[in-house]
Amino acid sequence: MLSILGGLLLVAGAAFLVLAGLGLVRMPDVLNRIQAGTKATTLGTLLTLGGFACLRPDWALKLLLIALFILLTNPLSSQVLAHAAHRAGARQTPLANRVDRLAEDRGDAS
Amino acid sequence: MDSNRSTSAKPELPIGFLPLFATLLLLWILLHGSLSLQVLAIGIPAALAIAWLFRDGLSFVTDFRFRSTEALRAAPRFLLFFFKSLVIANIALARVVLSPKLPIDPGIVKARTRLKSRMGRLLLANAITLTPGTLTVKLDGEWIYIHCVRVAATDIEGATAEILAGFERYLEVMYG
Repeated sequence: MLSILGGLLLVAGAAFLVLAGLGLVRMPDVLNRIQAGTKATTLGTLLTLGGFACLRPDWALKLLLIALFILLTNPLSSQVLAHAAHRAGARQTPLANRVDRLAEDRGDAS
Repeated sequence: MDSNRSTSAKPELPIGFLPLFATLLLLWILLHGSLSLQVLAIGIPAALAIAWLFRDGLSFVTDFRFRSTEALRAAPRFLLFFFKSLVIANIALARVVLSPKLPIDPGIVKARTRLKSRMGRLLLANAITLTPGTLTVKLDGEWIYIHCVRVAATDIEGATAEILAGFERYLEVMYG
């Protein structure tokens, strides 16, 4: 029973990781790619770890630790990457009514 | 009272040191799953050194209000709300990525947080990053810059404030 649940979780995790990859390819600019990458890889990895925990219950504690690290570091690194990309002036999708409060506040008119 | 006395006796010990040391040592012991002498002989000096180097850094317990029972009750509710948002975020993202037209309308908006503590703000920023269509780009004092996959056509600021309020409700009680 537990092994079936574990297998299902692994498949679900893998599916979200595939979506993350698809998002990286399909999204038009850096910031949107980071969005797709962060969310889907976080949930995908967590589900995969959960699946492993069901298959090998004796590993559960260590897997939980890994999950905790990922949960904390994944969004943080995305933030830093996003900020760096924005500062370096990464190309963003041109749109008529684009809002970019960060650029406004920093005072780059260009 | 007791904590007051100990801090005045040793004024050079920074507040962040002990919680960080305890957290690191606990993680180390959990990672090894044993309390043998060898494990501790490596773990304690390493944890001491890291805690000293990063004594002004943050850990989970920094600013957490252990005294208040409300804070202890809010923590699991925050986690539940967080995971719910994470799942919703992923389903929303899956729909965007899989739809042929790629319905996005990105932009960076700005929001102000009520939270005062550093750890509260950090957790808020992390939570925003993992929730539907939003990504924290910069944390600057009480201002948070958020990249949105789809910017609301009208009332941008109101829509973002709503996202913040969902998490702030819990974090305000937990960290202040």
